[in-house]
Amino acid sequence: MGIVKASKLVYEYIRRDEEGNVESIQTALDHVDLEVKAGDFIAVLGHNGSGKSTLAKHINALLVPGEGTLWVDGKDTNDRENIRHVRRTAGMVFQNPDNQIIANVVEEDVGFGPENLGVPTEEIWKRVEESLRSVGMLKFAKYSPNKLSGGQKQRIAIAGIMAMEPKCIVLDEPTAMLDPNGRKEVLSAVHELNRKKGVTIILITHYMEEAADADYVYVMDAGKVVMEGIPREIFSQPEKLKSHRLDVPQATLLAHELKKAGLPISEGILTRQELAEELEKCYVNYSK
Amino acid sequence: MSIILNNVCYTYSPKTAYEMQALKNVSLKIGDGEFIGIIGHTGSGKSTLIQHLNGLIKASSGEIYFNGRDIYEEDFDLKELRTRVGLVFQYPEHQLFENTIFDDVCFGPMNQGFHKNEAGLRAFEALRSVGLPESLYYQSPFDLSGGQKRRVAIAGVLAMKPEVLVLDEPTAGLDPKGRDEILDLIAGMQKSRDMTVILVSHSMEDVAKYVERIIVMDEGSVVFDDVPKEVFKHYKELERIGLAAPEVTYIMHDLRQRGLNVDTDAITVEEAKQSILKLFR
Repeated sequence: MGIVKASKLVYEYIRRDEEGNVESIQTALDHVDLEVKAGDFIAVLGHNGSGKSTLAKHINALLVPGEGTLWVDGKDTNDRENIRHVRRTAGMVFQNPDNQIIANVVEEDVGFGPENLGVPTEEIWKRVEESLRSVGMLKFAKYSPNKLSGGQKQRIAIAGIMAMEPKCIVLDEPTAMLDPNGRKEVLSAVHELNRKKGVTIILITHYMEEAADADYVYVMDAGKVVMEGIPREIFSQPEKLKSHRLDVPQATLLAHELKKAGLPISEGILTRQELAEELEKCYVNYSK
Repeated sequence: MSIILNNVCYTYSPKTAYEMQALKNVSLKIGDGEFIGIIGHTGSGKSTLIQHLNGLIKASSGEIYFNGRDIYEEDFDLKELRTRVGLVFQYPEHQLFENTIFDDVCFGPMNQGFHKNEAGLRAFEALRSVGLPESLYYQSPFDLSGGQKRRVAIAGVLAMKPEVLVLDEPTAGLDPKGRDEILDLIAGMQKSRDMTVILVSHSMEDVAKYVERIIVMDEGSVVFDDVPKEVFKHYKELERIGLAAPEVTYIMHDLRQRGLNVDTDAITVEEAKQSILKLFR
């Protein structure tokens, strides 16, 4: 079994009036099946309100399934006894960095998690140093978090999770509030953790470019998984993505448009460089 | 009608340890009906600049003229200026507060001193122009989706019938479809109402697609002020100040380097497509 496995997961938000009668039911997850192998980098794409955050909260047992089962590291999250283990296995990073930082000094903030877990002091400091180094923020250890940029704060939040040594990190739109530089910083830190430390990453986003480097992509709409596959397969269907309120990177879109206009370009172009190479080939053949 | 900024400087917390000069000698002329994009990395002074346009922040030195009148003159009506230059902040949906969507949008015109009927009329018109379904008007704004809330917040400013609409990153946090919808809406209104629109954005692709003029800010100064094509020709300088050109522009440069004679000025997918297809004709 993978590190995270969901089987026919259903979750409904139920609104009740003052007397407790059901006012409305909104199905946020509708029979979701997914499996994440340990060490993988997974992207979950979907528009606002597609159910991706609800899914994220399940992986950390902040929500438990209404129907179906979710296993994290082999443990059923429905069983209350497993919750501690589940939360230690899967750490969460949220969208707004300002809501996740609690201490006045960066290193104390990062140390908060392991301290809470009862890790010995000496070990805490070791972990703090290592986590800060792994996100490239070691030189800010003594800084006050409120003097940092959004991207830097978000990396501190990630270091705070790393210090608890989870096997898996779930990031719920970690770059939505950041500028382009901040986005780049956070993403490269996350990729680094995945490559060097083998941490399983589940990245929830609606920026397509961020999903392009993932090992596997799930696309959600109306609480269902509507597409899944490697990025190349997913991005070779721009029209289908558009129908789910999503988008493809400009290089992919341009490739698709040129193909539609009759140029012999292969499907699933992801990067600038691939497109340039492909067009050069086309042009050489054409000139002959 | 125009806004003129003449040598505007602004310093945060002057004469303290935290003194920081956020604007340095900014001179600009913003004409009637223009569609302008302001780009710059975080901390470059974009937000400080736009808060000067309706007098929320008073320049440390320099002058601002609205329709030829100095807004810092004693008898200048700043309250009126704020209704003529409407400012939509980042995440404006955080500022929704009324029980119903309709009341929320009425708040602006009521505050301007309009009678309830006139305010209601304006609210109705504003909500219609942001494309919100009428069935929602009397519901709580807090039950809406993120994109819808943002439309309501924009309608709240539109109801004051501003001549200039300034939006600070109106698409932050929205999904791609929501982003396109909001931008199409803004572009449509700019045309149909002949309104001046100033759009602060982090997305080069968005400004390239929509605006007619780009103002680039860095460290409190205006470094470029030109039509998008000209600005993005300086992509190397833009990179140095933490910005970039749209992705397609880089593709065109890559192709040129590979010896394909394409137009490196292309800044939208459509322009790039046309230029590449020309090679194969």
